[in-house]
Amino acid sequence: MSFDVRIERRLGDRTIRVAFSSDGGLTALFGPSGAGKTSILQMIAGLLRPDAGRIAVGGSVLFDSMAGIDVPARQRRAGYVFQDGRLFPHQRVRDNLLYGWRLARPADRLMDLAEATRFLGIGHLLDRWPRTLSGGEAQRVAIGRALLSGPRFLLMDEPLASLDRPRREEIMGVIERLRDELGVPILYVSHDRDEVERLASVIVPTG
Amino acid sequence: MALSPDEWAIITLSLKVSGVAVAACLPVAFGLAWLLARRRFPGRILLDALVHLPLVLPPVVTGWLLLLAFGTTGPLGRWFAETLGIVFMFRWTGAALAAAVMALPLMVRAMRLSIEAVDHRLEQAAETLGASRPRVFATITLPLALPGLLAGAVLGFARSLGEFGATITFVSNIPGETRTLPIAIYSALQVPGSEAVVTRLALIAVALSLVALVASEVLARRTGPGRGGHVL
Repeated sequence: MSFDVRIERRLGDRTIRVAFSSDGGLTALFGPSGAGKTSILQMIAGLLRPDAGRIAVGGSVLFDSMAGIDVPARQRRAGYVFQDGRLFPHQRVRDNLLYGWRLARPADRLMDLAEATRFLGIGHLLDRWPRTLSGGEAQRVAIGRALLSGPRFLLMDEPLASLDRPRREEIMGVIERLRDELGVPILYVSHDRDEVERLASVIVPTG
Repeated sequence: MALSPDEWAIITLSLKVSGVAVAACLPVAFGLAWLLARRRFPGRILLDALVHLPLVLPPVVTGWLLLLAFGTTGPLGRWFAETLGIVFMFRWTGAALAAAVMALPLMVRAMRLSIEAVDHRLEQAAETLGASRPRVFATITLPLALPGLLAGAVLGFARSLGEFGATITFVSNIPGETRTLPIAIYSALQVPGSEAVVTRLALIAVALSLVALVASEVLARRTGPGRGGHVL
């Protein structure tokens, strides 16, 4: 069982509640904007604390309100690809990519810089500043940064939302290869039905 | 515009006093700015008010309070003299202390703005990549806030150069020791026929302040990518 999640959290006047389990591949949280999909990812990454529930990924428990377990975000090894990229503006692409790689234990690393840049086709961007990248380039670097941090699983929050059609096609191809070639479970958030039907092995409706 | 050796001595003393004041104030101001920007704790509003007190208190009162606390018989004054061998009374070190206290609120304000301008979501991203809190601070928060921190320091330096009331109350007006630029201008005004001296010193004060303000504003504009921070 790669993802085994049952959590709830009150946010303002509504309650976000979700329960799902899935095996390998790409699991999509699918629902309209504002259904709390991002909050669910944040809870799995350890950036937002659920009021109650349990989160386990690949057999290890990351959060369990009954057992009093709450692994801090920095130890969860979530490869989080944010909707807005969130590259560090004061570091060149190379240092962005290596930020998590340098912190990862050698045994946890999935790949090195050369492999990641080849996989994502971003070798020519290494000396650029994030502000000079196009949307598609920035998103590929963000994916690379997450992959290089030696993640146990990937969390992707609408990684195609800010891209135009040709860029979406290109990044979707990258995500398909991630899903098929790396064997790292992916939790993917989207409100786009076509996208989800093409990419997901399991679809979890939300909202 | 030729300056006499006395006038040069006044300027170098002023620069020394302000430089030491800012250097001593920097870590304190930074710690306070970080606390006020990123932490929620009981007494936060009171601390904020205390930090701003020198900005609104009559400077003569601040000087008098410094005299009580850091004078030869004051509790802090005695502690500094006995443990560190630093005496403030009637010394340039006292002028630097007064300038530091008066610059503190401005420095904390500027630094707090620049720390608040750092996108918290970038800090979260670093955390998911495995960085501990201190590492997030050192590799993300600090470098992104740096221009604003420097702007705050330059602003504090400019404020220190102009410090008058608390200084003259606390450490008096001693040539070569505590007679900084504003105090020298004030002294010259008391002497008939010294208009030329006053004009020269005043022009220097205007020039130094202008350079510091422009530098501070230029630095602040560089805080955060594509975002203009203002300290003025």
